[in-house]
Amino acid sequence: MSDDAAVSGVVSAGVSGNCISRMLKSTAGKSVHFFGGLAVLFAAWWLGIHFITQDPSMSQFSDFAPKAAFEAMPGLWADGTIPAALETSGYRLGMGMLLAIAIGVPIGILMGRIRWFQQLTDVPFQFLRMISPLSWEPIAVVVFAGWEEAIIFLIAVAAVWPVAFATAAGLAKVDPNWFKVARNLGAKPWHMVTRIIIPAITFDILTGIRLALGVAWIVIIPAEFLGVTSGFGYAIQDARESLEYSSLMALVVIIGAVGYVLDTICVMLIRKFSWHRG
Amino acid sequence: MSVRGTKIEIQGLSQRYPTRKVPTFNRVDLVSPPGEALAIIGRSGCGKSTLLHILAGLTKGTEGRILLNGTEVAGPSPRWVMMFQAPHLYPWMTVTENVGVGLTFARWGKKEIAERVNDAISLVELQEFAQANVQDLSGGQQQRVALARSLVMEPELLLLDEPFSALDAFTRAALQKDVRSISKRLGFNIVIVTHDIDEAVIMADRAVIMAGSPGDIVHEMDVDLPNPRDRTDPEVQKLRARLMATFQEAANYRKPEVALAGAVH
Ligand SMILES: Nc1ncnc2c1ncn2[C@@H]1O[C@H](COP(=O)(O)OP(=O)(O)OP(=O)(O)O)[C@@H](O)[C@H]1O
Ligand SMILES: [Mg+2]
Repeated sequence: MSDDAAVSGVVSAGVSGNCISRMLKSTAGKSVHFFGGLAVLFAAWWLGIHFITQDPSMSQFSDFAPKAAFEAMPGLWADGTIPAALETSGYRLGMGMLLAIAIGVPIGILMGRIRWFQQLTDVPFQFLRMISPLSWEPIAVVVFAGWEEAIIFLIAVAAVWPVAFATAAGLAKVDPNWFKVARNLGAKPWHMVTRIIIPAITFDILTGIRLALGVAWIVIIPAEFLGVTSGFGYAIQDARESLEYSSLMALVVIIGAVGYVLDTICVMLIRKFSWHRG
Repeated sequence: MSVRGTKIEIQGLSQRYPTRKVPTFNRVDLVSPPGEALAIIGRSGCGKSTLLHILAGLTKGTEGRILLNGTEVAGPSPRWVMMFQAPHLYPWMTVTENVGVGLTFARWGKKEIAERVNDAISLVELQEFAQANVQDLSGGQQQRVALARSLVMEPELLLLDEPFSALDAFTRAALQKDVRSISKRLGFNIVIVTHDIDEAVIMADRAVIMAGSPGDIVHEMDVDLPNPRDRTDPEVQKLRARLMATFQEAANYRKPEVALAGAVH
């Protein structure tokens, strides 16, 4: 992102002399929005708790306040709760996403390229897509050996549809002339996939992955409520049961932050691999 | 870069689309010697593009066959390359990558690809745009990239389907001359399909006229002019007028203004 800005800055420097200052201004503008938005969020949080705890009978809610939450964070980090949760939830998320991509992209390519496949699968896929991934949980724990596999399966189920549908939609927009030109220059069927289709729709696949990652990160927390003794979902559950509300809120903040970072990485990748103009 | 041309033999070629009663063309025979630049002229819909696609191996004729230096055309090959009406470049690739794409299909080594791509880019005079995003190029520059992408394959035969019709008059004239001089320098055959009489006169050694339903070659004319050719040269104008007259007669045009409108494109 900053690379792009730097490059465009250099390129247009010859045209307009004060573009560096404009760039700085735009960066400054972005960080104003970033920190301003964050400040609004924390102010609303703080105010909410502040008003609730005005009522003496609600005073136990003071543990939910921002201050308590941030004070709990170093402890959670030091005792290994956060690093361990990052590692295990991250692993499950990664495996689930990998599965979703490995299955979703080929399915999307088939949907986009082969008419009868698209027609045949349209109804079942639209149907399956509407089923909350969590409703598979009881079935998943029966089918899979352990809870670990079951959770990964649930994440994959949640993430596969956005990836598959975005891939198919991207493919539908691919210019058929690109295939004709490639064939004309001696491309084998394999080249059509690796050299034409994949780069042409990387943007769409990444957009689908971004959506999928959002859904998967939402699904993983409730998926970890049951059966496992690790991950963010378990940590939340554990904090609730031991009435450590400040830790609970600290974990909520971390979950939000991780989701934000993951999304930002996706946006950067999308920008990097997008050849679309305007 | 230097290549040899190829002897093109079209033998009894017919094409009938299942959705149509009349065949698009029926038993077309045509021979073109190595190194010749052949123009196929005909009014819209007479089957020129279809013929060219079959020559390129992109579609199959329903009957007959095509021999290039005695080998039957059975599919696309780097030996015979088609250049389309629009550039159809890959927007995720730079100019250099676009030009080299056919060579990567053929599993050439990195170094050889780089060398040949460089040559091809110089040939179409796009050196300063070698690393540019193709979306930043003008229409004429993009079509030159498409030309380089075809030339880099060092084909024995370059098939051109109204390749410059979307360009402005100046760019078109420049590219017509360029393609002809490059083909003469390197020695490959050209088959160019056009309904622009000027284009045929500037680019071809011989022009054939396709007409009728089903279509057939109804006339041919040698374009025996010195190089480089200039539109304003009286010799060129004389031949152009003769070709136009023949074309009108062959194509059974009743109204001259229709023929003129056809000739603009
Ligand atoms: N896939 C197809 N199915 C059925 N008919 C077709 C198909 N492609 C072309 N035709 C028909 O075959 C005839 C020849 O088409 P073709 O595109 O070869 O004409 P053309 O001479 O190149 O015309 P133009 O100068 O307008 O490009 C036309 O009547 C067209 O409608
Ligand atoms: Mg045509």
